[in-house]
Amino acid sequence: MKSHVIVFPGSNCDRDVAVAIKNISGQKPEMLWHKETSIDHSDLIVVPGGFSYGDYLRCGAMASTSPIMQDVVKKAKEGVPVLGICNGFQILIESGLLDGALMRNSSLSFICRDVLIKSKNKSSVFTRKSKLAKMPIAHNEGNFFATSEQLKKIEDNDQIAFQYCDENGNVEQSSNPNGSLANIAGILNENKNVLGMMPHPERAAEKIHGCDDGKIIFESIFN
Amino acid sequence: MLAKIYITLKKDVLDPQGSVIANSLKSLGFNNVEDVRQGKFIEIKLNNKDKDDAQKQLGEMCEKLLANLVIEDYKIEIE
Repeated sequence: MKSHVIVFPGSNCDRDVAVAIKNISGQKPEMLWHKETSIDHSDLIVVPGGFSYGDYLRCGAMASTSPIMQDVVKKAKEGVPVLGICNGFQILIESGLLDGALMRNSSLSFICRDVLIKSKNKSSVFTRKSKLAKMPIAHNEGNFFATSEQLKKIEDNDQIAFQYCDENGNVEQSSNPNGSLANIAGILNENKNVLGMMPHPERAAEKIHGCDDGKIIFESIFN
Repeated sequence: MLAKIYITLKKDVLDPQGSVIANSLKSLGFNNVEDVRQGKFIEIKLNNKDKDDAQKQLGEMCEKLLANLVIEDYKIEIE
């Protein structure tokens, strides 16, 4: 399996996700600087977390205009799996690959802690092995918003990948860390080959991290 | 010419920062404050001669990059 990790100025989860991919797939991903213009054959493209371009204007807005993103969008439309984590999710939204918007957390605070998530969609390449999982979030702008038309489309088309929930898997307002609409932690595109998610599976991918629930997402992709 | 662009959250989008600003103003004694909405202000210097052309291009800039139309509205003023 050939995978690629895009690196922007300000990315800071690129190496973590590369380690997780190497450990789970057995193959080291190729790191691609954002100034590159094309991606060779790929089985997975990752847009990693971080603070690309210092979050100028809106998180992910500047990175979405980077040269490499044209080919990321093209490959996504051809069906290549694309995974955006945290800032990567923001970049995929700004690129138009995913619906909605990620606004400032309703608490107006940066949140860095473990959350529980469960998958709603259970058939995509990313979620087919999913179970209730614990992984960290670390963001200031993870408050998912969509227009009522967009939300209806996302719900009707089974595009909700993950929702924040409690230890029994109940999706309640009390387990919503950031004010996201419908407790949404991650969404898929219409064709289910693009996933954007705020929690960090790569930071919960080995026992030494304290939890390895995040592995399940990479195992879904690679096995 | 100089363009001034105002980007604000749409009316039906909650603005927690605006609410906090409103509360702070009230705590300073400005009890007449009813509501605060905060946003962005961007100045763009252009070398266009024609104002209509500039208006059109600025609209494209807002739609393509400067504003996120899911949550934001924009207003353009040209001096």
